[in-house]
Order: sequence, then C-alpha cells, then structure tokens
Amino acid sequence: MTQFKRPDALYDVPTHYCPGCGHGIAQRLVGEVIDELGVRERTVGTAPVGCAVLMYDYFNCDVIECPHGRSPAVATGIKRMRPDRVVFTYQGDGDLAAIGTAETIHTANRGENLTVIFVNNAIYGMTGGQMAPTTMLGQTTTTTPGGRGKNREGGPLRICELLSSLDGVCYLERVSVSTPKDIGLAKKAIRKAFTNQLEEKGFSLVEVLSMCPTDWKMTPVQAVEFVETQMKKVFPLGVYKDK
Amino acid sequence: MNAKTAKILLKGNEVMCEAAVRAGCKFFAGYPITPQNEVPEYMSWRLLQAGGVFVQAESEIAAINMVFGAAATGFRCMTSSSSPGISLKQEGISYITAAELPCVIANVQRGGPGLGNIRAAQGDYFQAVKGGGHGDYRLIVLAPSTMQELYSLTMNAFDYADHYRNPVMILTDGILGQMVEPIVPQEYQPLFDPAPKDYILDGCQGRKPRIVKTLHLQPAEALVEVNRRLVAKYARISGELKLSEEFLTDDAHLVVSGYGITAQIAKGAVLQARDKGLKVGLIRPITVWPFPEEPYLKAAKTAEKFLVVEMSNGQMVEDVRLAEQCRRPVEFFGVGGGWYPTIEEVLKRIEDHYPA
Ligand SMILES: Cc1ncc(C[n+]2csc(CCOP(=O)(O)OP(=O)(O)O)c2C)c(N)n1
Ligand code: SF4
Ligand SMILES: [Mg+2]
Repeated sequence: MTQFKRPDALYDVPTHYCPGCGHGIAQRLVGEVIDELGVRERTVGTAPVGCAVLMYDYFNCDVIECPHGRSPAVATGIKRMRPDRVVFTYQGDGDLAAIGTAETIHTANRGENLTVIFVNNAIYGMTGGQMAPTTMLGQTTTTTPGGRGKNREGGPLRICELLSSLDGVCYLERVSVSTPKDIGLAKKAIRKAFTNQLEEKGFSLVEVLSMCPTDWKMTPVQAVEFVETQMKKVFPLGVYKDK
Repeated sequence: MNAKTAKILLKGNEVMCEAAVRAGCKFFAGYPITPQNEVPEYMSWRLLQAGGVFVQAESEIAAINMVFGAAATGFRCMTSSSSPGISLKQEGISYITAAELPCVIANVQRGGPGLGNIRAAQGDYFQAVKGGGHGDYRLIVLAPSTMQELYSLTMNAFDYADHYRNPVMILTDGILGQMVEPIVPQEYQPLFDPAPKDYILDGCQGRKPRIVKTLHLQPAEALVEVNRRLVAKYARISGELKLSEEFLTDDAHLVVSGYGITAQIAKGAVLQARDKGLKVGLIRPITVWPFPEEPYLKAAKTAEKFLVVEMSNGQMVEDVRLAEQCRRPVEFFGVGGGWYPTIEEVLKRIEDHYPA
C-alpha cells in the first residue's frame, strides 16, 4: 500500500538527516508499519547512539535513548517487565555490530521477543566516517585511508549470517532502501518483524542496507549506485531465517 | 513474634536479596562474580516465586542496561556485583543517574585493583561516593554494618531510589556478604508516600509520548540546566539524608571512625578500650554519600584526635578530614588488598594514643 500521508507514528517535523540518507526512509517504513498494525500507543522504541539518536524527536511514541550499543539490553529490561508492549530497537552498524556485539548476540540467543531494525551503512555516520564493522574490504574511511585491509582490519561482519546459527532467533532478513522496489520489500520485512513480536514468536531482526552520502563523500545518486553495485555484493539481500 | 518475622538464618548476600524481594523488587539482572554469587543465585528462584523477573546477563554492562530499561517501566529493580563488575557498570550508572531513574545497585566489595582477589575489601569507596562514571552525578550510598542493618537498609534503598529518582548503592563487602547470622526479617514499611510515577514508558495510550534521554544538545544551555536540576536534587538529598551512628563520643578524647564491617570491628575495640578506662568513642557513617559531617564537627570540639579505620589504603579518611574541617589530627589505620583489621590491632592503635 502506498501512503503519501505522514504516518501518525512520526511527528510532522523536519529531520536532521542529510539529503539522500537512508535513515529517513527506514524510519518512515517503521512509522508506517506501527500505524498499520495499530500499535503506536503501546509501543516503546529505543534510540541508539549514532545518527539516529534524535529519533526520539521524530517518533510519536514512547522512546528511551540508550548508551552506545546497549539498546538490546535496555529493550530486554523493558520487554520483560511489559511483555504486552511492542518494543523495538533501531541501531546503526557501529552500535549493533561493534560496541554492542555481545548484547546483540545474547539478546538474539535468549530469543527475546523484540524487533530489531539494523541500519547498515558500512560507516560510522555520526562521528564523521570512520571504519565500521561492516565497512567493506578496500572501502576508504577516515580511519582506513588506504582502504580496509583484510589482514589489518579483517573483513566486514555479516550480521544476518552470523545470527542465523542461533536457535533463539525467529526471523532474519536483509533488505535495502536504495530503490523503490527495495523499499517495498523492506517494508514487508519490517512489518513481518513487528508482526512476529505481536505473535510472540521471538527475536526478529531486519538489516537495512542504507546510504550515507555524506561520509561516503558521494552525491545521493552515487550513494544509491554504491549500495547497488558494491554493498549488495558483499551483503546479499534475502531471508536468512524464518521460523 | 509471628511467622513472618520469626528469625531467619541466611548469608549476608541472601539477606540482601530477601529484603529486596520483600520491598517489592520485581526485576534483577546480574552476572556471576565472587563474593556476590549468592545474590543472582538466590534471586534466580526467589524473585520468580515473588512474581518478578530474573535475567542472568551476558556481562555487568548488559545487566545494568537491563536495569535501565526495567527502571524506565516503573518497576523496582536491582543489580549487584563485586568490584571489577561494578567498574563495568559505571557507564550505565552514569546514564541512569542522568535519566533520573530509580534502581538499587549492590557492590559486595573485594580486593583490588585489577582482578585483585576475592577477599573482602573497601577499596571502592572513592568510586562509589565520588562518582565512578563520567559526568557530575551522585549516588546515594548506604553502608550497612550488621546483618540486621543490611536487611533494613536494603529495604530503605528502594524507597530512597523511588523518592529521589536516583540510583542507590548498597556498599557492602565480602565479609558481610558471606557471613551467616540470624536476623529478624521485619515487615517492609515504606518510608515515604508513593510518588506518582509520571516518567514511566509503557506506551502512550491516553497521554503524550514520553522520552527518557540523557542527550541534551539544543539549546546550548540545556545540559547546564539539567546539571543545575541535578545539583538542586543532590542538595536536597544532602539536607535530608545524612545518617550516622554516634557511640560513646560525648566524653571521648579519641574518636574512631569506620563504615560497614570495619565499624563493627572498631566498635569491639572501643568497648574493650572503655573497659580499660580509656575515653574512646566511635562515629559510624550509615550514608557515605551524603557524608554526615555534623557528628565529626561536634566531636572535634571535645576530642583530641580521630582515627579512621578502613580496609583500604585510606579513602573515607579524606571525607573525615573534610567533615571535621581539619580541626583535629586525623590518623589512618588500614591497607588495601583484602586485609581486615582485628579488634586487637585497632585496640593497639587506640592505646598508642594514650601515653603509658
Ligand atoms: C561509549 C561511546 N563510544 C563512542 C561514542 C561515539 N560515537 C557516537 S556515534 C558513533 C558511531 C555510530 O555509528 P553507527 O552505529 O554505524 O551509526 P550511524 O551514525 O552510522 O547511523 C560513535 C562511535 C559514544 N557516543 N559512546
Ligand atoms: S552522516 Fe550519513 S548516516 Fe548520518 S545523517 Fe548524514 S547521510 Fe545519514
Ligand atoms: Mg553506521
């Protein structure tokens, strides 16, 4: 369903995201899904440390801002005490796959009944473009000026693949917000990740390949190209687990 | 004595859990570390029995952040650890303090620095009372000295946390944690009327959405305002919550001071010294933040000297000097690393003060 009206789950305010940034699209999809499922008034979101930290000013629902990488633990505390509420985390790659790796893996492994939206832009957006755990081999960043090297920094972490071996995980899908078709598929996946929680199926994570034109030092159009031609090769889209 | 308050025999760590559960604690997250293992172990079954939630976290970092989330839902919650694990909790403690959420954190102190050892120690005093995490913040820090007080102060800790919307630390140690002693488990009596919990995150049905946050970017003075508000709260706590015990101080020439289990040992020495006719007293802070200055200032008028005893290299001694405003000499007896003073050793120090 195409919506042109701003979802109720998002405030009518301008965001601080750069032109061509994928965060705005991903958050819009989350907002639409919350509306469609009619759960806005029983949802608690967690804001990460990263470019999306200000999502507490954008989402028209209860939000708690967490320490860097700790959203899954904070969300665990909330969901365990209020199992009838809808709890989701929204995290960048530095947040979820570097500083918060332990929280991510163990929250997934416990099978916490949560929805995780994982925005992979292969870079530390907020701090100005340093290497992320998902930065690709050869990709230049401000801390890998010569390109990420396999024997120096190791290769990119593939979170969906990594988590797919855990019994506690219900649903894993990697999507993208780089093309209109991808955006449609991304919304479907996000909707499923929220529906799973409503059906008490356990841990669901949607990895969203996302553009960061600013720190990739590209135009928005080049950034879309980069996702299409580079990221999708290293991070193949698809369902990695669906129990 | 009715069945509910018949004496019970438990380890100190379990006494603390029992008090927490009876005070309405509904969430506990922790991680194993000696000498506090009895806490998560006891909570794992006891809290479930009481309709609460127990989570063994993957780390102390995760545990304190689970508590952060649980606290935001308005339920009474707790975590515990021992020294190295408390270091890992500091980031979370700073956030919870900034977010002004209530929770209780127990530190069953052991020897340090580093991995140290698993013997009782008091080396985390600075970390607890001066702020172990980043930013200007304060914890309310309670220092129980006996089993019975560990029980009652744990109950009070939950009340203080809710009342002031601030984390409260129970600062114990490996001796108090491992000791077995009968206690009378008095029924929980709330210290305050329950305050409205208008900060809870539980979905915004029938109200505006709420935000729990610690980031304050705009306008530039926003964070200054937050800090001013916190300072005002800490001043209020300081005005209302300085607890201490004064023991035989009125005519004392020498005033001994210590907190926690060390105060019990010092008290034993003071009693023996009194038997020998020596005019010795004891000041025991029960809250170590806010630190009770009054009794020290008062004692400085009559006493000649203070002797501070700690299972550390000397930390609280600095607060004693500040409290009595350097009016009298303050001597220190103690060492860190898992050593504890005996009554005889403290008595010897007391006797040294009196020329033969
Ligand atoms: C404990 C801690 N370490 C470091 C930082 C600084 N920091 C802020 S955002 C960030 C990286 C965010 O990158 P990512 O999670 O990928 O989010 P993005 O901005 O790319 O969406 C870092 C390292 C911090 N705030 N806290
Ligand atoms: S820096 Fe990158 S991730 Fe952050 S808002 Fe700008 S484009 Fe988006
Ligand atoms: Mg990123």
